[in-house]
Amino acid sequence: MSEVAEQPVAKKKSEALLSKRRRKFVSDPLVDDNPITIQVLGICSALAVTVQMKPTMVMSIAVVFVIVFSNLIISALRNLIPNRVRIIVQLAVIASLVVLVDQVLKAFLYDVSKVLSVFVGLIITNCIVMGRLEAFAMGNKPWDSVLDGFGSGFGYAWIILTVAFFRELLGSGSVFGFKVFEAIGWESFPTNGLMVDSIGAFIILGIIIWVQRTKTGYVEN
Amino acid sequence: MRQSNTYIYLFSGIMTIVLGGMLSFAAEVLKPFQKKQIELDTKKQILGAVMQLNEQDDVLAIYDDKIQSIVVTYNGDVVEQDDSGKPLIAEKVNIEKNFKLDPKERLFPVFKYNEGDKTTYILPIFGNGLWNNIWGYVALGDDFNTIKGIALDHRGETPGLGARITEKEVQERYKSKKVYNSSQELVGVSMVKGEGKGPHDDHHIDGMAGATITGNGVNEMILNYLGYYENYFKKEKQRN
Repeated sequence: MSEVAEQPVAKKKSEALLSKRRRKFVSDPLVDDNPITIQVLGICSALAVTVQMKPTMVMSIAVVFVIVFSNLIISALRNLIPNRVRIIVQLAVIASLVVLVDQVLKAFLYDVSKVLSVFVGLIITNCIVMGRLEAFAMGNKPWDSVLDGFGSGFGYAWIILTVAFFRELLGSGSVFGFKVFEAIGWESFPTNGLMVDSIGAFIILGIIIWVQRTKTGYVEN
Repeated sequence: MRQSNTYIYLFSGIMTIVLGGMLSFAAEVLKPFQKKQIELDTKKQILGAVMQLNEQDDVLAIYDDKIQSIVVTYNGDVVEQDDSGKPLIAEKVNIEKNFKLDPKERLFPVFKYNEGDKTTYILPIFGNGLWNNIWGYVALGDDFNTIKGIALDHRGETPGLGARITEKEVQERYKSKKVYNSSQELVGVSMVKGEGKGPHDDHHIDGMAGATITGNGVNEMILNYLGYYENYFKKEKQRN
């Protein structure tokens, strides 16, 4: 009896680590279901930390870390978490991970942590993270949830990095602090103050969404 | 069972202990690294009031070479030991803790920057911004009147508004302004409301649009702290 019962379980487990179904968890949020451009979540930090590439890079890594591990932890505990306090449990896990990230940044990347200031702490309230926990991790297996976390994290990361690239290039004339225009001999490049302001982020984000929706044909209803 | 109150209490309790334990462990392990970073940052800020530091500069070496630090009391006397007889180190004096004491009981570090035979006096300042504390360092020339430079920082001012006090462009505005008026009264240097309203006299500079309250905090902080150092200025002038 027991042998027969074990068989289907073993078969199910043999699904490839990166099967087509699972690859979709990672690829979907990159474009088709992007947390920023389609779901329009996490806009606040996308505006605030994207003045320069370096802090944006650190912020991206921080968000990917938090979203992947909170997805993993919540998914692993999903059958133990009491339903009535599940949101609090999710928040506690996210908050702990965020505080951890904040402490690590303060110890090793003090300059960047000063630039990011409250926005590291605000990852706690980033709807992308909470949204994935509630919508995905509470009902799916740990590995699937990890992949989902990577998908959403990278979806967030590439957008804010693109925004930061253009903002730093046009606003400060540099990329990762490297003076691009001076290097090619164009020293009088007129930097655009608008790009250093959060308004610049809105404009670039708007252009990205425009280009993306023109290509995918996505329409909000 | 999963929905019973006992289970919920138990689950929450265990979760709190596990997460809390994990975080305190991490904080303990990372503390020495953070302290080092803060020391480096403090020295960077002190030097930042008088010079432009490059990323590859060895801040600690420049600091040791150029800066001589002492601690003075409200009366302007130099103190070398604290109450328990331990030697006082100016860099270790916690300005924030002292800020909570009565000004007369506070300890005031003075960082002297020596370049040739000129001495610049770098003084820490501390106060309240709009959301949280703000602080910085003012560098005064040896006439105790001309501002040679300023470095400002904050804990929670609004990015793009009050947080602009950390920008070089804002801090540059203080350069070569005077803190005493023609009748030798301490007036400090104040940011006005609004931006681009210049030219200003010797005691006023452009403010930050949208961050008037942070600006007021900075004004108050500079005036207060220069006032606390006035006795020291007098004694130091006599000595020179």
